Amino acid sequence: MLIDWNNFTPWTALAGGALIGIASALFVLFNGRIAGICGIVGGLFRPQAHDIYWRVAFVAGLIVAPLIWQLFSPLPTIEIDASYSLLAITGLTVGISTRYGSGCTSGHGVCGISRLSPRSFIATLAFMFAGFLTVYVTRHILGA
Amino acid sequence: MKKHLGNISVVFFALISGIIFGLGLILAGMANPAKVLNFLDLTGLWDPSLALVMGGAIGIGLIAFTFAKKRHTSFLGLKMQLPTSRIIDKRLVLGGLVFGIGWGLSGICPAPAFVLLGTGSIKGIIFVISMLVGMEIFEIIESYRKAD
Repeated sequence: MLIDWNNFTPWTALAGGALIGIASALFVLFNGRIAGICGIVGGLFRPQAHDIYWRVAFVAGLIVAPLIWQLFSPLPTIEIDASYSLLAITGLTVGISTRYGSGCTSGHGVCGISRLSPRSFIATLAFMFAGFLTVYVTRHILGA
Repeated sequence: MKKHLGNISVVFFALISGIIFGLGLILAGMANPAKVLNFLDLTGLWDPSLALVMGGAIGIGLIAFTFAKKRHTSFLGLKMQLPTSRIIDKRLVLGGLVFGIGWGLSGICPAPAFVLLGTGSIKGIIFVISMLVGMEIFEIIESYRKAD
């Protein structure tokens, strides 16, 4: 295993992770819910009246975060290599599968593991494994 | 009146959580799909940063959820709504695997997708719209399944 030391950013990764943890902590302690993004968004499709506002507010928070960041400093590099068509296909796939599997990186990966849920351990193993395998196939077998 | 104020606080804490979550993703590098893919590339030139993102988030999360699990209501007096299911079934595993494939092809998962949308990136917008369409497709399939 070769480590990419030039792009390894341990401190910002830990600090950013801690912020994600703090956000999830606030959300569960004040609102009593899991900060799982696909669950929060998914709940907007067949909403119950009192549910809509906080769901929209959480998503709005994510959307305005880069704008707030830019008030203080320029955004770090953002590079999306995937083509428009690949993004459309993968977006569709991610939308269906995260709802089908009841969670994504935030709901299962962060909140689920934090509350020691066996289901979330399995789900996280499944998507991490598939993610590693997919990149292995596209980069090292297909050589894309 | 109390109920009304309660609703405002619920929305306020959701917004604050969303903002902090989004800032965390940007700081961590999770909002950069290229960095995510370099983390998933174990056999290439590997960038382990995102393991530390998970570590940092779970470190705080463990404390918060250990405390939350002992409570029946939140600080705002709402019912604690933690998932109770312990069933490991086909849906969970298959959903995870397929999500992993989509994540591995794009480098984007749902939360960073909304952050990318906020940066005004066309590619982020395409991903989010497709993802929302996918979620609607799921709802339609589910309603047919339940009707059977």
